[in-house]
Amino acid sequence: MTADSRSGAAAVPDSRDCLRLAEQMLSLAMKAGADGAEVLVRDGRELEVKVRLGDPELVKEAGSRGLGLRVLKDHRAAVTYTSDFTLDAMRTFARETVELAALAEPDPTADLPLREEMAREVPDLDLWDEAVLSLDAAEGIRRARKGEAAARAVDKRVTNSEGAVFGRTMGASAFATSAGFGGAFRGTNVSLVVEPVCDDENGKKRNGYHWTSSRFAALLEDAEAVGLEAARRTLAKLGSRKLTTRQAPVVFSPEAGRGLLGQLAGVISGGAVWRKSTYLAQREGTLVASPLCTIVDDPLVPRAPGSRPFDGEGLAARTNVVIADGTLRTFLCDVFSARKLGRRSTGSAGRGVGGGPGVTTSNFILRAGKTPARDIELLDDGLYVTELMGFGFNAVTGDYSQGAGGFWIEKGERAYPVSEITISANFDDLWKGLDALGDDLDARSSLQCPTFRVSRMTIAGA
Amino acid sequence: MSVISTTPLDGIDAAVAQRLLSTALGSGGDYADLYFEYDSSASYSFEEGRVRTVGRGVTLGLGVRVLRGDATGYAYTEELSTERMMEAARTAAQIASGGGAPAPVAIAPVSLPDFYPVARPWIDRPGADKVDFLRRADRAARAADARIIRVQVSFSEEWREILVVGSNGRWARDRQPMVHFGVHAVAEEGGKRQGGRSGGAARMGLEYFDRPDQSPEDHGKEAARLALCMLNAQDAPAGPMEVVLGPGESGILLHEAVGHGLEADFNRKKTSNYTDQVGQPVASPLCTVIDDGTIGSGRGSINVDDEGNPGQTNVLIKDGILVGYMQDHMSARHFGIAPSGNGRRQSFRHEPLPRMTNTLLAAGKDEPEDIIRSVERGVYAKRFSGGQVNISNGDFVFSLTESYLIEDGKLTAPLKGVNLIGNGPDVLRKVTMVGHDFKLSDGTWTCGKDGQSVPVGIGTPTVKIAEITVGGTKTG
Repeated sequence: MTADSRSGAAAVPDSRDCLRLAEQMLSLAMKAGADGAEVLVRDGRELEVKVRLGDPELVKEAGSRGLGLRVLKDHRAAVTYTSDFTLDAMRTFARETVELAALAEPDPTADLPLREEMAREVPDLDLWDEAVLSLDAAEGIRRARKGEAAARAVDKRVTNSEGAVFGRTMGASAFATSAGFGGAFRGTNVSLVVEPVCDDENGKKRNGYHWTSSRFAALLEDAEAVGLEAARRTLAKLGSRKLTTRQAPVVFSPEAGRGLLGQLAGVISGGAVWRKSTYLAQREGTLVASPLCTIVDDPLVPRAPGSRPFDGEGLAARTNVVIADGTLRTFLCDVFSARKLGRRSTGSAGRGVGGGPGVTTSNFILRAGKTPARDIELLDDGLYVTELMGFGFNAVTGDYSQGAGGFWIEKGERAYPVSEITISANFDDLWKGLDALGDDLDARSSLQCPTFRVSRMTIAGA
Repeated sequence: MSVISTTPLDGIDAAVAQRLLSTALGSGGDYADLYFEYDSSASYSFEEGRVRTVGRGVTLGLGVRVLRGDATGYAYTEELSTERMMEAARTAAQIASGGGAPAPVAIAPVSLPDFYPVARPWIDRPGADKVDFLRRADRAARAADARIIRVQVSFSEEWREILVVGSNGRWARDRQPMVHFGVHAVAEEGGKRQGGRSGGAARMGLEYFDRPDQSPEDHGKEAARLALCMLNAQDAPAGPMEVVLGPGESGILLHEAVGHGLEADFNRKKTSNYTDQVGQPVASPLCTVIDDGTIGSGRGSINVDDEGNPGQTNVLIKDGILVGYMQDHMSARHFGIAPSGNGRRQSFRHEPLPRMTNTLLAAGKDEPEDIIRSVERGVYAKRFSGGQVNISNGDFVFSLTESYLIEDGKLTAPLKGVNLIGNGPDVLRKVTMVGHDFKLSDGTWTCGKDGQSVPVGIGTPTVKIAEITVGGTKTG
C-alpha cells in the first residue's frame, strides 16, 4: 500500500494521500452497511526544540497520522478513530463502527448535511509555506538560543530562564463524506517563545514571555526582538503589588483580551444556544455589546492561523458577522445545532480525529477600532490587564471572574505592576461597557482583538 | 476494537527492546527508554432522553527517549513495524553526538504492586448494559424537580496498557483502567437559569457505581440539586476574608498552591518559589502534604510511573517543613537521589515530566463544626471547577462552583461562582485550623502542564484559612 511506503517522520504530509485514504475508508464504511459516513484523515509532522541557559534541553521530532469516522445507520450515530491504516484493519474498523451505531438511539436531526449544502470547491487560502520545510532542528536551536541570549543580556536582574522554544508543524487534512464532498488542504506553522525569569523582592520570582507565530517563515519576528520584548515584559513585573478592593475602568491588552473573546465564542455557539446553556440564548437581534464592537468569524483570511477552506462537515467556509455594531446578528451553527434551532448551518463545524463535529470558530476577530492603543490608557486611574488566570466564567448566567495581573494606571501612565487580584463583572455588562477600542489588532492567533477598555469592573485584592 | 485477550504489546520481547535501546544509545546518549502504549476507549453521550452518540477509539504507539546530561531527544511512532521503531530510535538518538556502541542491556521485569485490580477490561462488555446507567441518571435528575429543564449525561471508559523498558534494565508493564461518569443539569425559574454538575472518575470497572453516593441516581440528583441551589445564589463578596475549605474537592488548593511548585523540574532549574527550601518551614505547622500514588483505585494512582518506577507515597511537607520534591528520572539524577515514582506522561507522544498523582492534606484534630463556628463573616468553599498557578511566584487562582456565605458561625446564602486568589506559600502559612474529616475527592481532575494532561486525585479535610482574597462583585 502506498500509505505504508512513506519515508516516516522526515517526509512531508501529502494531502492527496490523506484524501485517498479518507475516500477508501468512506467506501469501506458504505460497503459495511452505513446509510451515511464521514471520514477525516490528518497527517502531521512536529518539531519542537527547547533551549535553556544556552544548551539544548529537548529536541522532539515525529510524525503522526490518524483517522476519524462517523457513521449513520438508521439515524443512529457512532464516532470512532484509529491510526491503523492496513487494509484489513480498515475493513474491520468500518464494520465494527457500523455495528456500534446500533447502541445509539435514532435521531434524524443528527443525519448528514443535505447534498445541496456541501462545498463545491476548495479555495486556496495560502496556508502552506515551502520555506518552513528547511527550518530543521539545528536552525531551531540557533534561533531559540539567539532569542534566549538576547533576553538574558538585557539586564542583570534577568537571573534565570524557563528557556526558549522553537516549534514547527506541517499538516495535511482531508475530509470525505457520503453527503457528496471530498477535499483536502495542508498548512504550515512556525513559532518561537522566550520566557525569562527575574528575581523579585521577598524571594519571589517573576516570569514573563513573548512569542511570535506564523504560517510563513518570512513573517516570523526576529529571534532577538522576541527575546528583548520578553525581557522587557518580565522586568516590568518586578515589584508587583496587590491592589485594595475597588471598582475601576479596566484596559485589556490584546493578549489578555483574547481570553475574553474566547469565552464569548463559547456563548454564541449554536450548541450552547439550543441547550439553553448560554446567557445569550434569546438575544439574537438585540444589543449584546457596545456599538463599538463588530465581531466576525472568518475562515477565509489568507495565511491566517485559523483559516480553513471548508468546515468539519464539508460545508463551504464563509465569513459570518456575529456581532455588528453591538447587535448579535447570528449564532454560529453546525448542521445539528442549526436543525435544532430551525435554521441552516453557518458552516461553522469543526472536528478532530477523536470526535464528531461540533461548533468551532475559525479566525474569531474583534475588529480594530480607531483609537490609538496608547490613548486608551489615558485614565486618571484604572487597571491595565496583561494576563488572566484561572477559569471563572459561568456561560449560563454570564457571571465572570478571573485572576489578573498587569499595571495600575495613574494620570495616564502605568504607575506600578500589580498581581494577585481578581476582576469580575457580568459578561453582558462587560461587553456593553466597552468604551474604547484600539487600532492595534493582534493577528498572531485565531482569536484576534486589539487593546480595549471596559468602563467599570470590580477588582478584588487586599 | 475487538475483545482484548492479547494486545499488540504482547508482541514486544526483550530482543526487540534491546535492539531499539542499542540504536537509541548509538550516538552517545547516557540513558534511553522505550514507552509502548496501547489505549482503547469508549464513550457514550445521552441527551434529550436518548443515547446521542457512541464512540470507540484505539491508539497504539511507541515513544523513544534518549538523555544526554540534562538534554532530551524524543521521537515516536504509531506504527510498531521494526523499520518505524528503529527510525524513531535513530531520531531520538540525535540529541547526542559521537560515542561508540553501547554495551547490551540486561533486561529484568520489575515487580509491581496492584492498586487497581480489575479482573477484566469492562470496556469489552456489551454497550447496552452501560447505556442503562445513562438513562438512570437522566431519570433521577429530571425527577428531582420540575424546574430541571435539561439533562446531559456522559460515560466513558478507558483501558490503557503500558510497557516501559529502560536502558537501566527495567521492564515494567501495567494495565491502567479508568471510568468516568458525569451529569449536567440546567434549572430554570422565572427566566433565570443555572447549571449544575456532578460526576467522578476512578481506576475501576463498572463496580464504580456500586459504591456509596456514586450510583447514576446519586449523580443525577446531585447535579439537579446544584443547579437548583444556584438559582438562589447571591453575588459573592469581594476582598480578603476568612475562608473555610470543605473536605474533598478543596484539595485543589494543595494541588495549585504547593503541588506544582514542589515538582522537581522547577526546583532543578531554580524557577520555583520553593527552590532550595528543603528543611525550611514553608507552611503552618498544621500542614502535612502528601503525594500518594498508592490509593486503591484512585484516579491519580499508578502501580508504576511512565519511567518504570513503582508508584509510592511521598511526604512533601511534614508539619509545615518542606521534606522533598516530586522526582522524575532526570531530576532525581540531578539531585543524586532515588526517583519518587512521579515521572508521568500524557501518552507515547510525550516526554515524561515530574507530575503529581493524588495530592493530599493530612487530617488534623479540629471538629469541622468548630471550624465553621469560629468564623464571624467569611466564605465556605464546597465545590470547585479548577485552578491555575504561576510556578515562579506561587500566585494561584481557583474557581468555586458551590460556596456559601458564613455569617456568625453559620452557613447562610449560596454564592454565585467566584474565584479565590492567593499566593501558595502565603496561604499555607495562614492555615489556622485543620479538621479530622479527611476526604478524597471523587472528581474527574485532570492536571495540565507543558501541554500534557494527566489524571490526578486530590483530597483534604475541612481547613480554615485566616485570610484569602475572594474575587466577587460585591464591594464594601
